[in-house]
Amino acid sequence: MFSSETFGVDVAFSVIAVVMVVSAVRVVTTRNVVHAALYLVMVLAGVAAQYILLASEFVAITQVLVYIGAIVVLFLFGIMLTKAELGISNDLDNNAPQKVVGLVVAVMLAGVMGYALWDKWDTTKIDAMNHTVAELGQTTPQISDSIFSTYLVPFEVASVMLLAALIGAIVLARRD
Amino acid sequence: MDPSSSLYLLDKVWLFPAIMAGSFLIILLVGKRFSERVTSGIGIVAVSLCFLMSLLVGAQWINRVNHPPTGAEMAAAQVACGVAPTESTAGGGAEGEHASTEAPAAESGSEHGAPVAGAVEGESAAGVVTQEGEGHSTESEAPADGGSHSEGGTEGQAEEAHHESVVPVCKSVEWFHWGGVQFDAGTLLDGLAAMMLFTVTLISLLVHIYSKAYLHEDRRFTHYYAFLSLFTASMLFYVLSNNTLQMLMGWELVGLCSFALIGHWWEEKANTNAALKAFLTNRVGDVGLLVGIIVTFFAAGGKTFNVFHINEYALGAGLGTTLLVVGALCLFGGVTSKSGQFPLHTWLPDAMAGPTPVSALIHAATMVVAGVYLIARMYGVFFGALHIGSGELLGVNYLNWVAIAGGLTTLVGGTLAFVQHDIKKVLAYSTISQLGYMVMGLGVGAWTGAIFHLFTHAMFKACLFLGAGSVSHACHHTFDMREMGGLKKYMPTTYKTFLWASMALAGIPIMSGFWSKDEIMSGAVNNKYYVIFAMGAITAAMTAAYTTRMVHLTFHGEYRGHAHPHESPKVITVPLVILAVLAFVATFLNLPNFTHAETLPWWSLRFEHFVQPTFAFPPIGPPPSLPEVPFTLWLAIGSFAVAVLSGYLMWVYQTGNALRGLTERVTPARAGYTLLVNKYYLDALYTDVIVGGIKGPVANAAYWTNMKIIDPVVVGTGVATKAVGRFVYRFIDQGVVDRIVNTSGLASSETGQFLRRGQTGKVQQYASLLFGSAVVFVICLILAVR
Amino acid sequence: MYLNQFLFLAAILFAIGVYGVLARKNGVMVLMSIELILNAVNLNLVAFGTFGRNPVGAVFALFVIAVAAAEVGVGLALVIMLFRNRRSIDIDEIDLMKG
Repeated sequence: MFSSETFGVDVAFSVIAVVMVVSAVRVVTTRNVVHAALYLVMVLAGVAAQYILLASEFVAITQVLVYIGAIVVLFLFGIMLTKAELGISNDLDNNAPQKVVGLVVAVMLAGVMGYALWDKWDTTKIDAMNHTVAELGQTTPQISDSIFSTYLVPFEVASVMLLAALIGAIVLARRD
Repeated sequence: MDPSSSLYLLDKVWLFPAIMAGSFLIILLVGKRFSERVTSGIGIVAVSLCFLMSLLVGAQWINRVNHPPTGAEMAAAQVACGVAPTESTAGGGAEGEHASTEAPAAESGSEHGAPVAGAVEGESAAGVVTQEGEGHSTESEAPADGGSHSEGGTEGQAEEAHHESVVPVCKSVEWFHWGGVQFDAGTLLDGLAAMMLFTVTLISLLVHIYSKAYLHEDRRFTHYYAFLSLFTASMLFYVLSNNTLQMLMGWELVGLCSFALIGHWWEEKANTNAALKAFLTNRVGDVGLLVGIIVTFFAAGGKTFNVFHINEYALGAGLGTTLLVVGALCLFGGVTSKSGQFPLHTWLPDAMAGPTPVSALIHAATMVVAGVYLIARMYGVFFGALHIGSGELLGVNYLNWVAIAGGLTTLVGGTLAFVQHDIKKVLAYSTISQLGYMVMGLGVGAWTGAIFHLFTHAMFKACLFLGAGSVSHACHHTFDMREMGGLKKYMPTTYKTFLWASMALAGIPIMSGFWSKDEIMSGAVNNKYYVIFAMGAITAAMTAAYTTRMVHLTFHGEYRGHAHPHESPKVITVPLVILAVLAFVATFLNLPNFTHAETLPWWSLRFEHFVQPTFAFPPIGPPPSLPEVPFTLWLAIGSFAVAVLSGYLMWVYQTGNALRGLTERVTPARAGYTLLVNKYYLDALYTDVIVGGIKGPVANAAYWTNMKIIDPVVVGTGVATKAVGRFVYRFIDQGVVDRIVNTSGLASSETGQFLRRGQTGKVQQYASLLFGSAVVFVICLILAVR
Repeated sequence: MYLNQFLFLAAILFAIGVYGVLARKNGVMVLMSIELILNAVNLNLVAFGTFGRNPVGAVFALFVIAVAAAEVGVGLALVIMLFRNRRSIDIDEIDLMKG
């Protein structure tokens, strides 16, 4: 990290990463629902930026459009419709024992995963500098080629699933 | 007659009881649906068939006596009857020491009478004697124990004076096998049996016909005929038995039929009482019979009940032994009750409560002679035990109670007949008296005389009874002689037959009764039983007297009753005539050897010739065979004179005034009269003293035992059980078992409750568990891979 | 550019998301935490896709995004229904399966 070749990338990454982590932590600890949603936006945006760094622009754009543009809006609607207490509310967290349990589990999880990652891919590099974006394979044309040829069936299925979810959500939430 | 012909009946005599039993069943099962005519018809047809068959049997037996089988045939027949063949080699007899459980294959018959019996199997076994394989040889094995004594028998054929050895026809099958003893069922036909067949079927046939009119429109007509058939079947079965066990069965069956028939009109209590009295008194004697059968069985080796075997033993190894005496006297116990001998005769007069044809058949001619037949059949036992023919009534280990009882019975019966007003009771006591004669005859050694008397008595007594029935039928069913009289002008046929039969009873030489009685008396005198002779002579006088009284009261003088007497219908009078004629004809059957000729004239002693069992006494060893009874002229004339004299005296008494009122005036006479009227107080003794004396204390003792001993035990058991139950319930059931059960249940539920806490329903808790366990798995995985 | 840096980031996001799922009482908050988890996963996928120079990673991530969208839609519908019926979206109160 922070080598001369990748200095800019690494700095960008680090900054964004820190922001993301802090925002994520705030998502799960804040006592304001709307703030949590907004922090979530930060996280999602950060993720999109990371996608750009990984030369997958289509995914980044999709992330922004779908996640931030639709899903977060959905969350805000949800907050509104469930008449959540705006402002600070003490009603968002579980009781302490449960929180401790959650903390323990999360820490353990992180620890395990971290150990595994460190163990395996300690020195592996993504050799992005020496390849063109097209060679890295995540360009839009390549993705679309892949979706509409190799992964056509999952694509169709995903469409049907979205339809089902749409109908389902309507049915579930209608007033009658 | 050729033995293999299908008409040869001597080995098919089992048909007689079978036919009658079939008739019984048919009448019993379907008789009610048909008219009286059909019901009685079935019985009459069956009995006439048997009667005709008995005539055929008689003819075939006579033929057999005239042409007795010899050689192999005779040996085979002897073997079939359970006696060692007399032609066997000496070794054959000795070999027969084997137990009867030896291998019963048919070949073993040849071990016995070596070449003879072996040849027998092949040829003549089919005809004369047909055996089932097992029964044949094991029967032949069994008496071999006694047969080892028959080595003397190789002396061969000529035994008693002028009678040849005629082997009876026996046929038996193995009934069952138990404890090393073989129980057979079989028939035996010799002269005695043939004679009984004839008698029983004849009297039964006449009674069947007579009853049709006598019991017309009776309330239980079908029942009656059914029991008549059953009785005939039982009596025939009894008479044809070849072993004592079967005889016991027949004996009991006839007792049962007697009970049923005496109590035919059981709606009146008196009839029921009479039937019970008959049955129970017979039962008392039957104890003796049973013990006697058992004793003789074991005395004779404990292997077989066969009559010949027992007789053979009695005259051989068992001669004079105390065991045999015990057996004989016990058997006589049975005879005492069944044949109405002195102490147990009390049931016979009461049995007159049954219908008159029943009295004629059962209590005059047939059943009551079952005891006499028993003695006659088992004569070897009695002869060997009681020193019959020796003239001594009392010895070191024996008492000739047979003769004494017979004598006493004649006296008792004779005396009691004088004071009866009921005509049937007179005849009943007369029967008792005559039975006493028969038993007496057997006791003194006049075998043929007794049996001939049985034969003739059946005829004339049945005639008398049926005549009494005819008389009562005419006098509106009264039997009281005080309400009869002068009936001779109204009922001539009945009178004539009654008179002829009475003459036979009283002992007038024209009729057969005289000759039979005379033979008995002759036997008593010749064998030196003078006391017995005296008893018989006195009774002969009494017989004539009471017979005259009976006839006079019934038929002579003026009619004292209220009915309108008339002659009975043909169905009633024809049997009377037949019987009276037969009573006359029977005279010529056994005319004695008047001239004491060496060889018998053809017309003399025919009965004896054909009937006397030359085979029941196989020629063995020292003891004398059946004594010959010669004709004694002075005796015959004397008894005739006595009879006439006493009859005349009674006549005088009845018609004149000379001796009237004697019993009222003279006290000893009055005492005697009272004694007689109360039947020697025997009934009082039996009913009140013996039975009452036992009944009361025994019942009280039983009651006390029940209350004080049994009840407390039972109650105590109940209480104890309850207490135990309570204890078990409280401590064991509730304390232990319940605790275990409850604890296990509690454990389960507690565990469940404990585990339940994990089910909070909260998703996040489940999720934490999920993630946590996933983490743990991964850690384990890493550690494992490491 | 190490592969690990992206993966670590994803792991941390994932852990935070798990904490959020377990520790948050509000239904909507739980759904948000789930979104965090999903995004961590997406990041992982794309990182590997780039590392392997293969569009598979990106394609998969796209599908995940689609599914996530559907899931949020339905999830929020459920939460709204829950709110309508109980006037509260406290997950702890949904314990009908208790026992």
